[in-house]
Amino acid sequence: MHKLTNKLKGNKLAQIILLVLYVLVTSLSLYLAQASVTAFLLMLFSLLILYYTELPDRLKWVIAGVVLIGVIPFVSSTGPGYQSYMEVATVVGIYVAMALGLNIVVGLAGLLDLGFVAFFAIGAYTYGIFATGQAANFMPFGNFPLSGESFWIFILIGCFVAALFGVLLGIPVLRVKGDYLAIVTLGFGEIIRIVFNNLDKPVNITNGAMGLASVKPPEIFGYQFVYPNQFYFIVLGILLFVILAVRRFEYSKIGRSWKAVRENEIAAQSMGIHLVRTKLLAFAIGASFSGMMGVVFAAKQTFVDPTSFTLLESITILVMVILGGMGSVPGVILGAAVITILNLQVLTEVTNYLNQLSLDGVISFPEALAPAKMQRFIFGAILIIFAIYRPQGLIPAKNPVFDEESLKEGSKKHRKEQITVEPDKGFQA
Amino acid sequence: MLAEILQSLPQVLIDGIALGAIYAVIALGYTMVYGILELINFAHGEIFMTGAFIGVAMLILMTGMGWLAAMPAVLALILVLVITSILTGFMGVGIERMAYRPLRNSPKLITLISAIGVSFLLQDLVRFITEYKRGNYILTGPSMFNEQFAIKFSSISSSFSDAFFKTSTLILIISVVIMMVALDFFVNKTKWGMAMRAVAQDRETASLMSINVNKVISLTFFIGSALGGATGVLFAVQYGTIDPYIGFILGLKAFTAAVLGGIGNIRGAMAGGIMLGLLEMFAAANLQLLTGGFFGAEYKDVFAFAILIIVLIFKPEGLFGKAVTEKV
Repeated sequence: MHKLTNKLKGNKLAQIILLVLYVLVTSLSLYLAQASVTAFLLMLFSLLILYYTELPDRLKWVIAGVVLIGVIPFVSSTGPGYQSYMEVATVVGIYVAMALGLNIVVGLAGLLDLGFVAFFAIGAYTYGIFATGQAANFMPFGNFPLSGESFWIFILIGCFVAALFGVLLGIPVLRVKGDYLAIVTLGFGEIIRIVFNNLDKPVNITNGAMGLASVKPPEIFGYQFVYPNQFYFIVLGILLFVILAVRRFEYSKIGRSWKAVRENEIAAQSMGIHLVRTKLLAFAIGASFSGMMGVVFAAKQTFVDPTSFTLLESITILVMVILGGMGSVPGVILGAAVITILNLQVLTEVTNYLNQLSLDGVISFPEALAPAKMQRFIFGAILIIFAIYRPQGLIPAKNPVFDEESLKEGSKKHRKEQITVEPDKGFQA
Repeated sequence: MLAEILQSLPQVLIDGIALGAIYAVIALGYTMVYGILELINFAHGEIFMTGAFIGVAMLILMTGMGWLAAMPAVLALILVLVITSILTGFMGVGIERMAYRPLRNSPKLITLISAIGVSFLLQDLVRFITEYKRGNYILTGPSMFNEQFAIKFSSISSSFSDAFFKTSTLILIISVVIMMVALDFFVNKTKWGMAMRAVAQDRETASLMSINVNKVISLTFFIGSALGGATGVLFAVQYGTIDPYIGFILGLKAFTAAVLGGIGNIRGAMAGGIMLGLLEMFAAANLQLLTGGFFGAEYKDVFAFAILIIVLIFKPEGLFGKAVTEKV
């Protein structure tokens, strides 16, 4: 086995062939055995394999795009499980974007936010209120519900509103540090949920615990988005934007100051980093991703109510970040995918299987132990185990390594250029 | 409006003190652990909840075997309190040993995450044991100490109405006072208490003074968790129905109380707890009246968190704490 991996290492052609073979086999099995969840999961697994190949980055992106846009929707489209697969894939996309948002706050800036789902709720309610008749209760002008075409603008509005709330939360919280911050954000998350739950009087804004029903589906040029396979592409588009944004941020000046603040606030401040601005940016950007996905969530579910935004959700997103690796983009994507699929598919499938067994009388299986109810247990165990044994997560964050020699040469070249430039200036003067 | 507030004031005071007493004891657990380890022990609320479940389970068991009828109810309660507090005390020590000690030198964030993990794990553990045994995770204890008393405030002045309380409220308040006095004595007057204060002040120097730091930390967890568990039993007797998720929000509010009183300060936590209980009950009774029907009683949790946020912003050292500057 070791020999085999050694041989594969460095041999790009073999890696490509293996990858293509893997994709072909899994897509064929999914195509033939439509009802098999395993085939679908193995299919998604190909993206992880792709990550570990040694191909150039650009080629990896292209292959990932082909698999996500072409292969997965196509091979699963023929069978009865199509919509449920696409549903899973869409939800995975939504959680990946949120986890990437939380990753900026927790992983890069080191600010533990336990009320992150609040921003998701804000995004969802922003669209939910205006895309149902609800807004007519308090808006003096306008014709509600807005048409489905406004969805595209609302993605941006949701993003801004969530970012605004991120800043609003951030301003008071910045004076608080470390573990107090965790408690305050936790309180903030609960406050938002309670407020949404009770804001049906004196003016009915959120319709309280009843929730907002029949939210308008998105629409463009008369084409309506109703089914999960259509939302899949919207989510994919937003996700692409989010991933690109996160990667750009991570290695930019802001990203580096986030990391500096995470490592040591006082040292970072003495290096001239503006603490307030840096932290507020982390909150705002993290929240904005969540807000965008909140809008998509509201449109996809066509129903918004406060029970979707409990503390358990916030902790679920935190588990995704911790499991994948704080600060590591590929890790967080993997963590979000694993946890979502565990939640939606694996736990329910195992529960059904066990129930079937106990119906057949093979084993007696108590209802209380149903894995679908054990989320808290599983998440708690993951948090403890990863905190103690692998705090860096499944795919640890990597810092770019610079070759000292080439840097020196670079700077020499740079200096030479400067030297050559300087006399010019002198002449002109 | 003022007349109406005055009318309900005696009842608000009694309910507030009962609730505040519970917050105060749980806040002690938070504040002691924070004072020594600088860690928010998220699992403390769950220890309280587990204590409530152990206590109710024992009471139900004793009723089933006929013991409860055979011995005086107070004796039974004391027995249950003692056993529960020993069990939860050891649970606290175990949690520290398994989930916090290996992380003592890691970044704070990691320890906090481990604490959240413990909290979730315990919630589900209690949930499935209860559901497995009883088919439902919401548990109602045997009714004890239900006699109602009335204090005739109306005879003092006609602007007050009478306040009612149950025997269990009285028992709750008396037990909490005993616990607090005992703890205050222990921390301030005994050798072990001195060791605890020394470790809280400076762990390394304390260890140079031949104090066994690990033992002191274990002891702190034991005492805090034992008090929390005992309060859980009292809570279950006072309010009747319990479920595995009561610990989290209650713990959060108790933490608010600890912050209010100045974290790390034991007497401050007691005062903060009583204060928060009174404020919350007052808000629940009068918020609707005060805001002209804009906010109802369902905002009382928001009110508690708002207090937390305001205190943290304007006086992070709490009402009775000392401000600490961070050393580089």
